[in-house]
Amino acid sequence: MSVPLLSIEDIHVEVDGNHVIKGLSMEMRKGEIHAIMGRNGAGKSTLAHALMGHPDYEITSGSVRYLGRPLEELEVWERARAGMFLSFQYPQAIPGVQVGTFLRKSVQAVRGDEAPSNKELRKQMKEAMAALGVDRSFLARYVNDGFSGGEKKRLEILQMLLLSPQLAILDETDSGLDIDTLRTVATGINSVAENSCCLVITHYQRLLDHLKPTYVHVMIDGAIAKVGGPELALEVEEKGYDWLQPAGTAEVLS
Amino acid sequence: MKEQARDAVGDYRYGFHDSENATIRFDSGLSEQVVRDISAIKKEPQWMTDIRVKAYHHFIERPMPDWGNSEMLNGINFDNICYYLKSSAGTEKSWEEVPDEIKRTFDRLGIPDAEQKWLGGVTAQYESEAVYHSIRDDLEEQGVIFLDMDSGLREYEDLVKQYFGSVVPYSDNKFSALNTAVWSGGSFLVIPEGVHVEMPVQAYFRINAKNMGQFERTLIIAKAGSSIHYVEGCTAPTYSTESLHSAVVELIAEEGSHIRYSTIQNWSANVYNLVTKRGIAYKNASIEWVDGNLGSKLTMKYPAVILKGEGAHADIISVAYSGEGQHQDAGSKVHHLAPRTTSRILSKSISKNGGRSSYRGMVQVSPKAHGCKVSVVCDALLLDADSRSDTYPTMEVANNSCSVEHEASVSKVSGDQLFYLMSRGHTEEEAMGMIVNGFFEPFTRELPMEYAVELNRLLEMEMEGSIG
Repeated sequence: MSVPLLSIEDIHVEVDGNHVIKGLSMEMRKGEIHAIMGRNGAGKSTLAHALMGHPDYEITSGSVRYLGRPLEELEVWERARAGMFLSFQYPQAIPGVQVGTFLRKSVQAVRGDEAPSNKELRKQMKEAMAALGVDRSFLARYVNDGFSGGEKKRLEILQMLLLSPQLAILDETDSGLDIDTLRTVATGINSVAENSCCLVITHYQRLLDHLKPTYVHVMIDGAIAKVGGPELALEVEEKGYDWLQPAGTAEVLS
Repeated sequence: MKEQARDAVGDYRYGFHDSENATIRFDSGLSEQVVRDISAIKKEPQWMTDIRVKAYHHFIERPMPDWGNSEMLNGINFDNICYYLKSSAGTEKSWEEVPDEIKRTFDRLGIPDAEQKWLGGVTAQYESEAVYHSIRDDLEEQGVIFLDMDSGLREYEDLVKQYFGSVVPYSDNKFSALNTAVWSGGSFLVIPEGVHVEMPVQAYFRINAKNMGQFERTLIIAKAGSSIHYVEGCTAPTYSTESLHSAVVELIAEEGSHIRYSTIQNWSANVYNLVTKRGIAYKNASIEWVDGNLGSKLTMKYPAVILKGEGAHADIISVAYSGEGQHQDAGSKVHHLAPRTTSRILSKSISKNGGRSSYRGMVQVSPKAHGCKVSVVCDALLLDADSRSDTYPTMEVANNSCSVEHEASVSKVSGDQLFYLMSRGHTEEEAMGMIVNGFFEPFTRELPMEYAVELNRLLEMEMEGSIG
C-alpha cells in the first residue's frame, strides 16, 4: 500500500467548548473516494472545518498528517497551497469581488509557480464552465453575492476543477441541488478524483449513485461507527442509522 | 497570532520629503499684513486684495465649528502655520525647466509619466504655487482654458471677478474665509460651449515643507453642452508637526453640461484637510463628485451640489478610510431647488485600528422642486472592534411629490469570510485586502483605470501588517 495522503489518528475536536468529535481515525490515499454519511449533528461538517483549519474548530488531541507533515504546522492558506480544498456547504459572499478575478487570484495563490498563464487559465475556465453548464456572465458577477443555492455549489466545483487539489473535501455539496445539477457536480468530483483523493460528506445516498466511493464511513456521535464499501450506503438508505447506534445512546441524540 | 504593530508613518508611501529651497517663505502666523503681502507679491488687482482682507476679518471673528471633531479642530495652531511659501521662480510649461528638487518629487509620484500616457493636461502645485503646467495642444486649439488660478486671474480677470466666490462666498464657513484670505494656486478651467474634453485633466497638490498651509482655489466653468473630467491627487511628507490644507473648489455647470470632479486625497496623517467643494448645476446639467479620502489626520469635507435648473443631476460617490488616529468626517450636500432634479449619493467608509469615519449628509428639497428623485446609500465596514463609524444624515423635504430613498448599513468583516478566502490560498492580509477592495468597488469603478489600480494597491498596502 502507498503512503497515505491524509492520516487521521484518534482526533478529538471542540467547537465553542463543545466536544463534537470524539476519537476519529481514518486514512486516505490517492485515487480514493471516501464518503462520510451521518445524521445532522454527527460531526461531519466539524471534521471538514477542522481539517481545513477554521480557527473556531480546535483539534484538542490526536494527530493529523497530510503528505507526511503534521497538519497543525500549516496555516489555512498553506494547507490550500499544499493541495487541500474545501467545498463549503455555505459559501461566503464577497461583494465587489468578481468571480473571474477571484478565480484568477486563487489559482495564482494556490498553484504558485505552476499556475497556468492567463491565456491558458482562460481556456481552462472556459472548458470547466462548459462542463458545469455555467454561463460566461458568471465571471463578471460578485462572488456568491445573490447566488442561488445551485449557483453557489457550481462555483465551488468550478473552483475545485481549476485549483486541481490533491485532497478535496466536499461538505454537503449535494444538498439542495436538483437532479441535473447533482449529476453535473458528480461529474466534476469524478474528474478530480482520478488524480487525487476526495472526502465526500453527504446526508443522502443519491449523490453516491453517481460516484463510486471506495469506502463509505458512517459517522455517529463524533466517531466512525462503521466502514464499508458502496453497499453500506444503500443499507443506510434502506434501514436508517438506528441499527448502527451504539447501545444506550439513541435517546441522547434524538 | 503575532503582534505586528506598525506606526502610521511606516505605512505611508509618500512620506518622503525634500529639503526646502524656498525663494520666499513667510514667517509663521496670520495677520492682515500677511494677507496684504500675499496679494502684493502676486500683484493682484485691488478688488481681490479687498476680498482677501474682508475674508481675513471674517475668519478671525467666526468661531470654530462646534461639530465634526471639535477636539481636533481646536488643536490647530494657526500661529504655527506658514501661509505662503514659494519654492520656484515661476510656473514652467516644460518639465525640464522645473527645479530639480521639485521635479524629483513629482517624478517619484509618477506625474510626468501619467501625463504622457493618459492625461489631457496637468498642473502640479508645490507648496503655495503651481510649478508646472501643461495642456494638450488640441484642447488649447478648441479654446479650453486650463491655467493655475493665479495666471487665470491675470489673464482672465473679468471672468474670475464674475465667478470667484459666487458658489462658495468667503462667509460660507470659517475655512472658506481662511482660504479666500490667503488663497494661492489651484486651477482655473473653462470649457467652451459644446466642447467635450475626452481625456481627464489632472492637478496634483504636494505639500513638502513642515507646518505648511496650502490654500489652493479652484474654479471650473463648463459652458453649455460641454463636458470635462478633472482629477486631483494630494500627498504630503510625514512630519511630527501638523500642516493644514484648506481648499475651496467652485464648479459652474451651465445648461446641459457635465462636470466630473475626482479626488484621491492621500495626505499624510499629520495634515488637517478642511475643504469646501460646491457646484451649481443649471438646466439638465450634471455634476459628479467622486471623492476618495484615505489620508490626513482630520478631514472635514462635504462636496455639495446646488441643483438650480430643471432636470439637473448630482452624483456624489465618496469613500473614506480611517486608520489609527484618523477621523474622516465626510459626506455630501444636495440642494434641490428646481423641478425634476435628481441626486444619488453613495458613501462608503472603512475604519481600522481605532480610526473613525463619519458620514454627514444633507439633502434639501425646496417647495418648488416638484418630481425630484433622491437616493442616499451609506455603507460602513468596521475591520475591528476598536474602530468607529457614525452616520448623521439630514433630510429636509418640503415637497411631497418627490421620491426619497435612504439606506444605511454597518457591517463587520466576518471570520467566515476570511476563512473562505484563506481556504483558497490567500493569506489573512490578502483576504482582508480583497474584502476591502470589493467593498470600495462601486467607487473604484468610477475612476480612470490608472487611478483605480493605484487605489487598490494603496488599500492592499494599508492591510499589510495590519492583522493582529
